[in-house]
Amino acid sequence: MPLAPKTKRNLVTTALLAPSALWLFVFLVLPFAAMVIFSFGERAPAGGYQPAFTLAQYANLPARATAFWNTLILAPVGAFVCLLVAYPAAYYLAVKADPRYRLMLVSLVVVPFWTSLLVRTYAWMYILGSRGIPNLLSMIGIEDVRMLNTPGAVLLGIVYGYLPLMIMPIYVSLEKLDRRLLEASADLGARPVSTFFSVTLPLSLPGVMTGVALVTILLLGEYLIPQLLGGGKVFFIGNALVDLFLQSRNWPFGSAIAVTLVLVVVVVLMVAMRIAWKISGSRQVDLV
Amino acid sequence: MRALMTAVYVFLYAPIALVVLFSFNAGRSASEFTGFSLQWYGKALGNTFLITALQNSLIIAFTSAVLAAVFGTMAALGMQRLGPRTRAIFEGLMAAAIVVPGVVIGIATLVALVAVFGAINPAIAGLWPGERPPQFGLGYGSIIAAHGLFTMALVAMIVKARIASLGRDIVEASADLYATPWTTFHQIVLPQILPSVLAGFLLAFTFSFDDFIVAFFVAGSKTTLPIYVFASIRRGVTPEINAVATMVLVASLILILAARVLMRERKTKSTG
Repeated sequence: MPLAPKTKRNLVTTALLAPSALWLFVFLVLPFAAMVIFSFGERAPAGGYQPAFTLAQYANLPARATAFWNTLILAPVGAFVCLLVAYPAAYYLAVKADPRYRLMLVSLVVVPFWTSLLVRTYAWMYILGSRGIPNLLSMIGIEDVRMLNTPGAVLLGIVYGYLPLMIMPIYVSLEKLDRRLLEASADLGARPVSTFFSVTLPLSLPGVMTGVALVTILLLGEYLIPQLLGGGKVFFIGNALVDLFLQSRNWPFGSAIAVTLVLVVVVVLMVAMRIAWKISGSRQVDLV
Repeated sequence: MRALMTAVYVFLYAPIALVVLFSFNAGRSASEFTGFSLQWYGKALGNTFLITALQNSLIIAFTSAVLAAVFGTMAALGMQRLGPRTRAIFEGLMAAAIVVPGVVIGIATLVALVAVFGAINPAIAGLWPGERPPQFGLGYGSIIAAHGLFTMALVAMIVKARIASLGRDIVEASADLYATPWTTFHQIVLPQILPSVLAGFLLAFTFSFDDFIVAFFVAGSKTTLPIYVFASIRRGVTPEINAVATMVLVASLILILAARVLMRERKTKSTG
């Protein structure tokens, strides 16, 4: 007996979604549940996890307050500095650049983002290290400048690593901008500066929001940049997590920190979506 | 304005260029260029630890990218057939796979797998008739699973956007001409989405090949190339790392450019 069309359709849908649903369940939902369970447990004497039900790990969070503060301050500050550099760059690409070369110019901005962050951060260790810029400065008489392992170095690494991700959404929103609006504004006697502030900037805000949210969220989980450029002096939540899981092996405490980090990410995301909803309807980000 | 843009490009590329330049340095120095030489590439390629790490990375990136491309594409095709509520749950989980920081994905996978292995390894050992029962542990499988989670969601997102831009009319026209759903898929939909599937595959490969933090947690005793590079950097900066870094850069550069060409093709076709 042939299957009814509706049953057949459902079967196909199930078959199409089964592998990804299974994957999401086994490697996202279950691990996350396990992590939450671990966060209520105790550290086994030899390290690792021992079943228990205690809130001690969460009560102990202030012990890692420095990591939280560093992350919660440097992530938004980093995103903001990124924005300051990215906006003019995106504006140039979308409005001023010669359309014939636009595609190539945009590609040149995107490509670094998809190359190894490890290698790109390593490059700055090189430049800021004692044999890099400080070495050049000592040649002209400025001695003993320390650049590596400072908050400034971490901030620089952040801007360097995430600039492409900030430029792209802003570029997309500026590119979609209707040029006739700018002409209308000019025809009505607005000076370029006031056209920018009353037309261009408000219309590009969704892109700005997307960029700031994306970069902030990725920075909240950052490990490599503070590790390599902060040298253990400027550490993020990610660095505390690596320490707790791979060195001191306090898994329950690490799990509690990881759960808290996810909650912070969710809050940031919700706030960003709220603001984005307020300023505009739909927008799409092109990450590639 | 132009000057600023030039400065942005210099900022983005000068550090990379410096790494590449010093990979060809004849001397050991990281600040003085004493002459052109390929010796560091020779040293790197003769380093068996490095070659093993490279092989591991290639196996993991290829396997996880193939799985991500196939399952992600299937998910993108399947999601549009769902009712609004199930679809929202599915899309939410996919978004979570992308948004949750890599460090958390690594930890959660580690914790869950260690718990599962801790439970099943003794059980298998008890039931195993032979001398040496199989032991499950971290390694290829766990890295592939954790990388595949993110990249599958990435492929689904890219292919879904492509399907959305296709429009229903072309599919309906095909059905009106008495094509079976399979024929419509095979002859109309698949050729249209194939470039985005390939682009998704390449991006997935690039992500897995370059990822450090997720693999750092779930690699067990296996070493991937980024883990090797990270460990070497901690031991000190040498021109050999520059040579490895340059090779990593060139590999991802080729992949990302190919992905962009594929996605660009799709865009010009759909607009023109």
